[in-house]
Amino acid sequence: MGVIDPHSAPAIPPGPEQDVILKAVGDEITNRGFVIAKADKLFNWARSGSLWPMTFGLACCAVEMIHSASSRYDMDRYGMLFRPSPRQSDVMIVAGTLTNKMAPALRRVYDQMPEPRWVLSMGSCANGGGYYHYSYAVVRGCDRIVPVDVYVPGCPPTAEALIYGLLQLQKKIRRTSTIART
Amino acid sequence: MGETDQNGTVVAEAEMPSATAEMLSHVKRLLGGGVSVAYTSDTEIVLRAELSEIVTLLGTLRDDAVAAFAQLTDLTAVDYPDRPCRFEMVYQMLSLKNNLRLRVLVPVGEGQSVPSVVGLFSNANWAEREVWDMFGIFFAGHPDLRRLLTDYGFEGHPLRKDFPLTGHVEVRYDDTLRRVVNEPVSLVQEFRDFDFLSPWEGMQGQIAAGNAGKQGKGE
Repeated sequence: MGVIDPHSAPAIPPGPEQDVILKAVGDEITNRGFVIAKADKLFNWARSGSLWPMTFGLACCAVEMIHSASSRYDMDRYGMLFRPSPRQSDVMIVAGTLTNKMAPALRRVYDQMPEPRWVLSMGSCANGGGYYHYSYAVVRGCDRIVPVDVYVPGCPPTAEALIYGLLQLQKKIRRTSTIART
Repeated sequence: MGETDQNGTVVAEAEMPSATAEMLSHVKRLLGGGVSVAYTSDTEIVLRAELSEIVTLLGTLRDDAVAAFAQLTDLTAVDYPDRPCRFEMVYQMLSLKNNLRLRVLVPVGEGQSVPSVVGLFSNANWAEREVWDMFGIFFAGHPDLRRLLTDYGFEGHPLRKDFPLTGHVEVRYDDTLRRVVNEPVSLVQEFRDFDFLSPWEGMQGQIAAGNAGKQGKGE
């Protein structure tokens, strides 16, 4: 069985050629009963393939977030399911204007999320205050409250932009090595 | 709302639809000398009243069988820093029976307290809390006068004209204290006010001079 490097070789489209490889993998499992993978890669595969976002819609961006989750763009395809509880989620999408009054609540929810966790800042308001940058009541960027991994620009960003941001986050997760070397 | 002088401009009653004119004369009879008519349009009546009489006045308008202004749609305030009585309370009334709206304006000085109308209209509860929050107007007899919208421990009243746009504090998560802290505002770039109406600075004076009269009336 040949080694396929996903970084250098182009992806093999569905068809007879792909079937041959899939069959080889299938045979390997049936013959030996196990497959071998790097722990790093395995963890990253599992983590990036089941990013469960915390439902945290603060303003109009939440509507685009809902669009990206519903049937047309369907985040479910990437294993992304919205969870109603921070304790069950891996990624927080800060979708909308973060006000001073909401900031402690946002931080509290972030603290309740189990490690490893990621934050995606969605839209101008969450990125840097946006339209309300000079307001007396709005936090000038949610990175003043929580560490942010991916910023999605837009006012509001389209559902595609959010999906793209989440795919960037997946890429970022795949790049990290899970086991820290001391 | 018309920026009218104290006597007010009154549309001639002949020009008004009969329902509004009838209501106007009825309200005048009902309330007597306590109020003055500030302004009327086809469908609205605007009255000016004294602070001390506001509760009895709204009560009369609500309970009168003909007027039947049974609904307080909204209650708010406006800040006019130039006036001797700085604030103006605005009560928006609606009579579903007559399909008519009525507005009552009450001048309020700084530090003066306004009698609460929660006893008459329970929806005034949060509206008065919001006015207290935004303008710092105290309501005497309110059952639970707390801030409504701004942050816990917020200082100042944001809708007063002398409140700075960016406020006094901003929040940040402090890693050592492990909580969100308030700090004095420090902006990377000051607020810039763009006049999008005129792309040429040279035109600014002329436009302002030409619009000055219009803005005064239309505001």
